[in-house]
Amino acid sequence: MSATTVIEQSPPTERPEKNYLNADHTLRSWIWTVDHKRIAVLYLISVTFMFFLGSIAAAVVRFELTSPWGQMLTSETYNKMFTAHGVIMVFFFIIPAIPAVLGNFLLPIMLGARDLAFPRINLLSWYLYVAGAALVLASLALGGIDAGWTFYTPLSSLYSNTQITLALVGIFLAGFSSILTGVNFIATTHKMRAPGLTWFKMPLFVWAHYATAIIMILGTPVVAMTLVLVIFERAFKFGIFSPELGGDPVLFQHLFWFYSHPAVYIMILPGMGVISELISCFSRRRVFGYEFVAFSSIAIAVIGFVVWGHHMFLSSQSVLQGILFSLLTFLVAIPSAIKIFNWTMTMYKGSVWFSTPMIYALGFMGLFVIGGLTGLHLGSLATDVHLTGTYFIVAHFHFVMVGGAIMAFLGGLHFWWPKMFGKMYSEFWGRLSAMVIFLGFNFTFFPQFMVGYLGMPRRYHFYYFAPEWQIYHILSSAGATILGIGFLMPAFYLTASLIKGPKASSNPWGAKGLEWEQTTSPPPTENFHHKPIVMDDPYDYDAIADNDDFRAHWGKEPVKYGGDN
Amino acid sequence: MAAHATTHPTNPDESEVYFQYEDIDQQQETYIVGMWTFIVQEIMFFGPLFLIYTLFRWKFQGGFYTYSQKLDYVLGGVNTMVLLFSSFTMALAVHYAQKKQTKEQLRCLGITLACGFGFLIIKAFEYADKFTHSLFPNNSFIWPPHGYEYLGGNPEHARLFFSLYFATTGLHGLHVVVGMICIASLMILTVRKAPTITDYVPTEIVGLYWHFVDLVWIFLYPLYYLIPK
Repeated sequence: MSATTVIEQSPPTERPEKNYLNADHTLRSWIWTVDHKRIAVLYLISVTFMFFLGSIAAAVVRFELTSPWGQMLTSETYNKMFTAHGVIMVFFFIIPAIPAVLGNFLLPIMLGARDLAFPRINLLSWYLYVAGAALVLASLALGGIDAGWTFYTPLSSLYSNTQITLALVGIFLAGFSSILTGVNFIATTHKMRAPGLTWFKMPLFVWAHYATAIIMILGTPVVAMTLVLVIFERAFKFGIFSPELGGDPVLFQHLFWFYSHPAVYIMILPGMGVISELISCFSRRRVFGYEFVAFSSIAIAVIGFVVWGHHMFLSSQSVLQGILFSLLTFLVAIPSAIKIFNWTMTMYKGSVWFSTPMIYALGFMGLFVIGGLTGLHLGSLATDVHLTGTYFIVAHFHFVMVGGAIMAFLGGLHFWWPKMFGKMYSEFWGRLSAMVIFLGFNFTFFPQFMVGYLGMPRRYHFYYFAPEWQIYHILSSAGATILGIGFLMPAFYLTASLIKGPKASSNPWGAKGLEWEQTTSPPPTENFHHKPIVMDDPYDYDAIADNDDFRAHWGKEPVKYGGDN
Repeated sequence: MAAHATTHPTNPDESEVYFQYEDIDQQQETYIVGMWTFIVQEIMFFGPLFLIYTLFRWKFQGGFYTYSQKLDYVLGGVNTMVLLFSSFTMALAVHYAQKKQTKEQLRCLGITLACGFGFLIIKAFEYADKFTHSLFPNNSFIWPPHGYEYLGGNPEHARLFFSLYFATTGLHGLHVVVGMICIASLMILTVRKAPTITDYVPTEIVGLYWHFVDLVWIFLYPLYYLIPK
């Protein structure tokens, strides 16, 4: 195994090759590119920019909450700030982050294809994303939006006189962009696989993205239509969601959550795909129970569509509905737990490398478990009555979204960074950033569980009725500062690596997979110098031979847990 | 895809294969998978409208009959015929494209396009009538309309019905326009003998889309125009 690896690795690295980055240097060649790798880079720049803007809004929110009296902002401005944070982070950062950056870059390479099935539609989806982002930013610049990222009617349709129509059009475009990405991923996975790459030889990253694409196709259009109807209601006085006009506001909530709950899995499933790759690579073991992990992605996508009512236990839905949705919500915990257990079993008796991506992956596992289990508190009817609408729920979804999805995004970005840009970043700063983010994250959001349990409502900018909660908010805001520093660190050292980082070999981690074993870092425009044929099972790690790679790369013995292999 | 293998172009080199595909078969199959996936997404897009319709009709059964009296089922029926006929010519166009009879193919596409135009014109007359009777659900919406005070019904529920009617038919009309743009582009590319258009698959995927648009109307017409008492 190691012999073949060496033969395949060495020639590409020695050749001064042409790759997708240096193929053409004009601005035109970037903004009209149909190369999925370049589009992934465009997405990376765009989502990072949006993440930066969303973080500023979060910082303002956290700063405001350090005082119980709401001294800095008016209520209106505070509403606009948390809405800006939610809208930007949900629709313009976390939904596209992993699929549109890592998925776009890796899906065709992992399948052994030269590009996605529809490269021009891929470019169109980036332009739609940019247009949507521009409209939302314009709506913020023209006075902001105050309905929260959920846009509940009739506030969003009749009462709010902020720039909601503009923002909704922007979100609609972003949704269309996500649908086109989904169409592309599904067609590519079905039809563009390399010879020999059967469904059960696909990397779990591809399975996770396939499941994500299913949700994008089936869920996003529903919210798109719902938002169109809200726009009509604002623009004309269509009466579908407003009781004053004959409609039903709870219907809006049903339709909104029919998409927006599965959208939670659009955010987390690709992250789970990333984690499967990272855990397997850095434990030097085949993923435990590959089929179970693969099917659990599909199961999450399917069950995720029938749990939306748990967002509405306190709306007018019937008790029977509440009980059924609660039961179904518990079901979705099963495939999620299968993944966590299987990753743990993958690490068991593996030789674990504590490299930067692995530290991010371990952070993901810890935080996702907490985020997922607190989700069960919110999914059971009785406890939800106490916890809903409090900071408990804010903490819960930040554990899943930030602690889960963003940790996975950063882990994946660090893992594939050498592949994407052909440069190694500083391992010291990488590990430090992973630990600072983990620490800062827990400082920020763990106090929110406590203050939420005590009763601090979400979306309030004062709590003068209970000033003793200030300590939790100050802890949280201090943690947010650490978290912010943690997020800034990769921005600096990853950028620095582009300029003066050492050149990456084609497979710096000794990882398995077409993207590592069959192409250079960075890959050429057509992805492969020769058409790959897949013979091996995925994750065909050989601990003993790979430990030689480890010694060569790190100059020391790998850490081994749980006895001999 | 085995059914398509028989109609595979006799000379594969005629068709341009894009760089990401291995061969023309892969390209054609991927196009068709992509189009079906897109149609699934379209079904989900129209889904909420039909869901909302079902809920409110179940709730206001009698009212919905009353409001639908103000829709012109004759014009709607003519439009149904126009669209069904256009589907027939579209299917013929695919047939001729497979047989490489370009002239007949273009003629059929032309008729389909004309039917699309006809549909929109009839629809425009219908809409104009609703506007003159203040039945468009904006601030000047009136129920019952002037001169029809005997109709009864609830103004709020009437607004709901006409909101759904305008949202559904309006978005369907938009899809007709998109379909017409696709047909027109296909015709232009076919006339110019563009290298990407030499096989029948582009015609087939435009046809799939057009049939979907027709199918939405087939459901929409009885649901809005033909409500039984």
